Amino acid sequence: MIVMDNVCKTYKVAKRNAGLKEACRHLFHRETEEIRALTDVSFQIADGEMVGYIGPNGAGKSSTIKILSGILTPDCGTCSVDGRIPWKNRIEHVKQIGVVFGQRSQLWWDIPVNDSFELIKEIYSIPAEQYKHTLDELTELLSLQEILKTPTRQLSLGQRMRCEISASLLHQPKLLFLDEPTIGLDAVSKLAVRDFIKKLNKEHSTTVLLTTHDMQDIEAIAERVILIGKGKVLMDGTLQDMKDLVRLTDDAQSKKNDAAQSRGNDAAQSCMDTDITGKENDNLDQIVAKLYQQLDIL
Amino acid sequence: MKMGLKSNIRLYGMYISVILRSTMQYKLSFFLMVTGRFILAFNGFLAIFFLFSGFTRIGSYSFEEVLLCFSVIQMSFALAECIGSGMKVFTGIVRRGEFDRMLLRPRSPILQVLGTRFELGRLGPMITAGITLLIGIQKGQIVWTAVKIMVLFVMIAGGTLLFLSLFILGASFCFFSIEDGGLLNILTYGAKEHGKYPVDIYGKRFMQICTYLIPYTLIQYYPLQYLLGRTDRWVYGLYPFGTVVFAFLCYIVWLFGVKNYKSCGS
Repeated sequence: MIVMDNVCKTYKVAKRNAGLKEACRHLFHRETEEIRALTDVSFQIADGEMVGYIGPNGAGKSSTIKILSGILTPDCGTCSVDGRIPWKNRIEHVKQIGVVFGQRSQLWWDIPVNDSFELIKEIYSIPAEQYKHTLDELTELLSLQEILKTPTRQLSLGQRMRCEISASLLHQPKLLFLDEPTIGLDAVSKLAVRDFIKKLNKEHSTTVLLTTHDMQDIEAIAERVILIGKGKVLMDGTLQDMKDLVRLTDDAQSKKNDAAQSRGNDAAQSCMDTDITGKENDNLDQIVAKLYQQLDIL
Repeated sequence: MKMGLKSNIRLYGMYISVILRSTMQYKLSFFLMVTGRFILAFNGFLAIFFLFSGFTRIGSYSFEEVLLCFSVIQMSFALAECIGSGMKVFTGIVRRGEFDRMLLRPRSPILQVLGTRFELGRLGPMITAGITLLIGIQKGQIVWTAVKIMVLFVMIAGGTLLFLSLFILGASFCFFSIEDGGLLNILTYGAKEHGKYPVDIYGKRFMQICTYLIPYTLIQYYPLQYLLGRTDRWVYGLYPFGTVVFAFLCYIVWLFGVKNYKSCGS
C-alpha cells in the first residue's frame, strides 16, 4: 500500500545567462530560482495494482519515484509505503522495492550479466536457493539464456533492458517502479517487456508503478492512470476516463465554436474540425497531446 | 546496520574482483600505469636524495630520518588512493546518477562508492615507499623493537585512514555545491607534499594547523619522535589512533551530506 499525502518538493536551480561575462559575474553573485517539482501530490495505490503515471516532461514523475524509493526527501507532506517512511528507514525500505530506470544501467559494464547478478545477490544477501529459483524463472520468462554470459557493454538495448528488469527483481520485491522501461526499444522488445510485467503482476501480484511517454505501454499494462502536470495530480482514473475527459472538453469547445460560427458561413472548416477530432480519438498519443494542451501543463 | 561486517567485507572483495577482472582486459595500460606512477613517486625520493647531497640535516633530522617520514606518508597516501579513488571521482558518480542507484541498495553508500574503484596502479608508489622505507630502516640508527615495528605499522594505517577521511570529506562537498572540493585537493595533496618532511621544520604555526585542522602530526611528527627515540613519552606511539576521531567527524559530515542530497534530473 502506497500513500502519498500532500507531498511537495522544490529544487533550487542556479540561474544565469549565457556567456563568459555572465559566468564570471555569477561566480560572485549567485541567483537561484526555486522550481516547484511537486506541489501537493496525493494518491493511494493498493497492493497488486498496476498504475500508469503519466505527464509531460518535467511534470514531476521522476521526483515522485525518487521520493517513493527513498532517494529524495520531500519538503512537506507525508508518504508511506507499507507503513515505512522511505527516506527514514532507507535500508529496510529498499529491500522491498525494485526500481528500473530506463535511461540508466545498473549492471556492471565490463563483466558478463551473470556476474552482475551475482554481485546483486551479494548486495541483497539473497539466499542461494531463492536466488537460483528466481533467476531460473526470470531467465525463462525473459528468455535470457543466450545473453547471460555476454558482457553488458555488448548487449543490444532490448537485451539490456530485459537484464535490467531482471536485476531489479532478483530480490523478489513486492513493489516495482518502472521509469520509462520501454524507451528506445524495438517493437518486439517492447511487447516482451509489457507481457512480462503483466505476467509478473498476475503471478506474484507485484504492485507496479510505471512512468512512460509511450501510451501503448499504458494501454497494455495499466488499469489505472494518474496524470500529473506542473507538480499536481490532475486526473486519477482509468484510461477510458481520460479519453472521456478529452471528449468532454472537446465537445464544450466545439459547441463554443459552433455558437460563434452560428451563421455557418464556414461550413467546410467546421466539418474538417469534427473530422479531425473523430480520427484523433483513435490515436492515444494525440489524445494525450490534446489533454496536455487543454490542461495547459506543457 | 543489520548486515554484518563479514558480509560487508565479502561484498567489498567481490567489488574488487569485478574491478580487477575489468582492468585485466586492458593489460598494457595497467603496466604503463604502474611504471609511470613508480617513476613519478621515485622522483620524490630523488628530490630528497639530492637535497641531502648539499645539506647534512634538515631541521634536526638526518637523511635516514626524513626518509622514514617520507616513506610512511608515501605509503599511506598510495594505499588510500588505491582504496579510496571512488571518493575522488565522486562528482562524476553523482552526475551520472550512479549515486541514486547506490541509495537504492540496502548497503552503506560509502562501501559502494569505494567499491567502484580499486587502483592497482598505485602499486608503483607503494613499491617506491617500500624501498625507501627499507633504506631508512637499514641506514638509520634506530634500534628496532617489536613495539617500534608496531608503531610503524600503526603510523601507516593511521595515515591511510587520515587520507581516506580527507577524500570522504572532499566528496561530501559535492552534496552542498555542484563544484567539487578543489579546496580539499589542496589539503590532501598539500599534506602529502609537506608531509614528506617532519612537520616541525616548518615552524610552530604550521604545526598547529597540522594538529588541530588536519591532524597529520598524529601520524607523522609525534610517533616519529617516539620511533627516533627523541622522547620518553611512549604515548606518542599511540597518537595515530587519534585519526579515528577525525575519520568519525568526516563521516558525520558525509552523513549530513547524504541527508542533504538532491538527486540530478532523470
